[in-house]
Amino acid sequence: MAGEALAHVDYSRWDPIFGKLGWDIFPFYEPVVLATFIGVVIGGMALLGALTYFRLWGYLWKEWFTSIDHKKIGIMYMVLALVMLVRGFADALLMRVQQAWAASGGTGYLDSHHYDQIFTAHGMIMIFFVAMPFVTGFMNYVMPLQIGARDVAFPFLNNFSFWLTTSGAILVMISLFVGEFSTAGWLAYPPLSGLEFSPSVGVDYYIWALQIAGIGTTLSGINLIVTIVKMRAPGMDYMKMPVFCWTTLCTNILIVATFPILTATLALLTADRYLGTHFFTSDMGGSPMMYVNLIWIWGHPEVYILTLPVFGIFSEVVPTFTGKRLFGYTSMVYATAVIMILSYLVWLHHFFTMGAGADVNSFFGITTMVISIPTGAKLFNWLFTLYKGRIRFEVPMLWTIGFMLTFVIGGMTGVLLAVPPADYVLHNSLFLIAHFHNVIIGGVVFGVFAGISYWFPKAFGFKLDPFWGKVSFWCWLVGFYLAFMPLYVLGLMGVTRRLSQFEDTIYAGYFITALLGALLIACGIGAFLLQLFVSIRNREKLKDTTGDPWGTGRTLEWATSSPPPYYNFAFTPKVHQIDAWWHMKKAGYVRPTEGFEPIHMPKYTGTGVILTIFITGMGFALVWHIWWLALVTFILALAYGIDHTFNYKRDYYVQPDEVAAIEGERTKLLSSGGNA
Amino acid sequence: MKYVKHALLLAIASLLCGCNLVVMSPSGDIAQQQSDLIIYSTILMLIVVLPVMALTVFFAIKYRASNKDAAYEPDWHHSTSLEMVIWAVPMAIILCLAGLTWVATHRLDPYQPLTRISEDQPVDETVEPLVIQVVAMDWKWLFVYPQYGIAAVNEAAAPVDRPIKFEITSTTVMNSFYVPALAGQIYAMPGMQTELNAVINKAGDYKGFSANYSGAGFSHMDFRFHGVDTGGFDAWVEKVRAEGKSELGRTQFLSLDQKSIDHPVTYYTAVDQELWGAILNQCVDSSKLCQNDMMMVDALGGGGIEGLTMRDIFAGICSSDDPAGLLTGIQRANAETAPQSERKMTLVQLDGEGLGLLDALKTRQTN
Repeated sequence: MAGEALAHVDYSRWDPIFGKLGWDIFPFYEPVVLATFIGVVIGGMALLGALTYFRLWGYLWKEWFTSIDHKKIGIMYMVLALVMLVRGFADALLMRVQQAWAASGGTGYLDSHHYDQIFTAHGMIMIFFVAMPFVTGFMNYVMPLQIGARDVAFPFLNNFSFWLTTSGAILVMISLFVGEFSTAGWLAYPPLSGLEFSPSVGVDYYIWALQIAGIGTTLSGINLIVTIVKMRAPGMDYMKMPVFCWTTLCTNILIVATFPILTATLALLTADRYLGTHFFTSDMGGSPMMYVNLIWIWGHPEVYILTLPVFGIFSEVVPTFTGKRLFGYTSMVYATAVIMILSYLVWLHHFFTMGAGADVNSFFGITTMVISIPTGAKLFNWLFTLYKGRIRFEVPMLWTIGFMLTFVIGGMTGVLLAVPPADYVLHNSLFLIAHFHNVIIGGVVFGVFAGISYWFPKAFGFKLDPFWGKVSFWCWLVGFYLAFMPLYVLGLMGVTRRLSQFEDTIYAGYFITALLGALLIACGIGAFLLQLFVSIRNREKLKDTTGDPWGTGRTLEWATSSPPPYYNFAFTPKVHQIDAWWHMKKAGYVRPTEGFEPIHMPKYTGTGVILTIFITGMGFALVWHIWWLALVTFILALAYGIDHTFNYKRDYYVQPDEVAAIEGERTKLLSSGGNA
Repeated sequence: MKYVKHALLLAIASLLCGCNLVVMSPSGDIAQQQSDLIIYSTILMLIVVLPVMALTVFFAIKYRASNKDAAYEPDWHHSTSLEMVIWAVPMAIILCLAGLTWVATHRLDPYQPLTRISEDQPVDETVEPLVIQVVAMDWKWLFVYPQYGIAAVNEAAAPVDRPIKFEITSTTVMNSFYVPALAGQIYAMPGMQTELNAVINKAGDYKGFSANYSGAGFSHMDFRFHGVDTGGFDAWVEKVRAEGKSELGRTQFLSLDQKSIDHPVTYYTAVDQELWGAILNQCVDSSKLCQNDMMMVDALGGGGIEGLTMRDIFAGICSSDDPAGLLTGIQRANAETAPQSERKMTLVQLDGEGLGLLDALKTRQTN
């Protein structure tokens, strides 16, 4: 029968040494998987070979993997997100092709077992391993620079958080070729994700990948909150912080308040699957509705964990490219805080159709609509920053205008879905899919690309090639509308989500248009990768010698060189006003070139990587029920972690002559003049 | 408002070259009101969305860097009156929308019996609503008509303009019962009953399906819903009775409940009266303890250690004629011997009075 989980694998077997492992777990009889596997092996071998050939292993280990520099960790988050974006987008293309094919009268090329894994992986990867690392990367890279700090509050923890996130991503990638992935949808609703309906290891991969990555996210949230609270430069009151730092603060409060809910919910699901408890089963007193509530109490704030930071990015981009102070700073801050609080009070709008009464549904519908008020205020603030500005349509600004026009449509359909009786007819339909891609792509993804093109010169010392940036922008923008406007229509035609087969062919035109849109977005991703390549080749021509490549930077990250020295600032800046760097420039700030003092800095450590290797091993062992390995890796991780607490050689002082040498280089660079 | 609505509909329709937007032009009064609500809400929101979009484009063009004629005020960043407007206008819109939401959500609460058949036709109090019991299974739909004693798989029918009350449950994972032409969806969940009140106003052959992903056979989990006139409905009932191969009892139900994809339309000539209660309590398989009995046992204290291994002796407790009497008998027997803490935990002392009561219960159950 089509869609049976790896029919020949008996997941009830167990061996004390190998757990549930066996030679039959490799799904290579499926041509799509086999082809992907061959591609990955060839690509992987080429990459490893190149790294070895160019003797880059030592460099990577010493300068990156063991780095506790927030800037390098930020960049590593971005690289992880970019790699996973390619994976998640490949899943999207596979789905688009299947639906277009099946809607045109065929059965397509994917059976339901394979298709169900793909949409589950797509949703989970895009949220947890693309959007999350992207925004965490920005918060890591930009926020400490903007508050004039030298690093985050707990630098080692930061490295460890990054590797935990990577560990989750690795487990998901392993599931592609070893065993199978979950077919229970990206939020794994029980009873479908319970042992009775999902006996394979797919859901276990999902659970352990999320548990490990989720703990990393929680730790990172604590870290960034403490950084903002304790490490702002002298004079930077809360109401003088850049808006991006405000959104970072609110985002991380949301993370710390909600990710433990995810961890606890998944732990209960784990108990159901591993220990035979009945929290979420449909009998023996379990309640699946409890899971749905819990997962969305985490899940809705998660939406704002993704969008608040990009609101921050836009709030930095717009003043820079209009050459004008942000309109309504105070109301922007309050709007952010209000969104943060309200985002806890709306979770039930994800399941109006679960049978709650009219009072409950109305309450959650109305709280949801209320969120659109501060969000609307933010849009107006950006709008009135444009007013009487000098708008330069550099690539980050293009993304921002694209966002402003696209996001309001997504916001509008969102409010529409918040009206419970309207939701009854639109819930779970492709209209809903169009809506949340409208806000996630039109909001988060556009914001991420705006941020990448905006801060890239800061991070690497040269701008990105604007031509390919514009090509990428237009492909994404047009591709988005082509891909998702048909989905709005299909939703109104009564087509529900997660279908891999269709009875009639009246939907064909819409699905084919959506496929074309997805292909255009693929071109957008391709153009972005090409942009990286072209820019690296032309880096001398695109070089930024000033540290303030856009010329109108307003916040402190533009006060230091591009890329910044590892200690960020030779002297900790003193802040007197909002937009500190703008005012320093106005006040005729002269960069000090002597009188340097020793700088206290943390030392690099490999502990994060080593702990993560053990923890990844433990995750894999738990997925396959290899208890001895799980126990051994757990003890190793614990012992190594405790051992690390006895490592007292964690910091050192950068000597003034070294600072003087680095700053002297910059003085030469600045006097050589010429800004790309 | 009516004209605006028609104009908007016409615009959308012409844009989409007359494709079949079943959600926007349904055939049931509830779905019709829901689609109206979509239009009213959209119009309300466009009041603020359109100016924002227009202003974005206008400002972006007017204040482009190359237009040196445009004003440039780099330090202008605050205007109390403008701030008032940008908070107040969305607030006003949301206030209207919130009012609309409150009223509409209560009026269109799927649990409420209908008050009207269509815009200009109130419900006739003398007509009894048609009850259809819906069971979501892997991966098919079972429809039971308790008033007619028939059942059908993957096909349902209802007379036009007669109120229908759906009672919905599932024997498998969460599904969502949805006939777009008729009314909005509601989840179908195991061990629970959800309800939907609706009416079909136009005769026709409509599509219904599960709108909540339920596993491998999900794509094929659809059925036909026929809106027919009264004569047509009687004919359909007769057809089910005539073409049905068997009646639907526990045995047939359990074999139907096996996983199947694209299950053919199947009719049943009669339905076991106790079946619906057994489905809801997840004990069609009579070796399983019914959920209501289990809840009763738990409410009485859990049955103690014996309760873990001898659950079957509690079968029928919930439907006992006198559960309160059973309880007092047990507690009295218990109170004299057991300490306080055990008394709470233990439902029955399996000797004396308690055992006698249970024996009586069991005997009655088997008869």
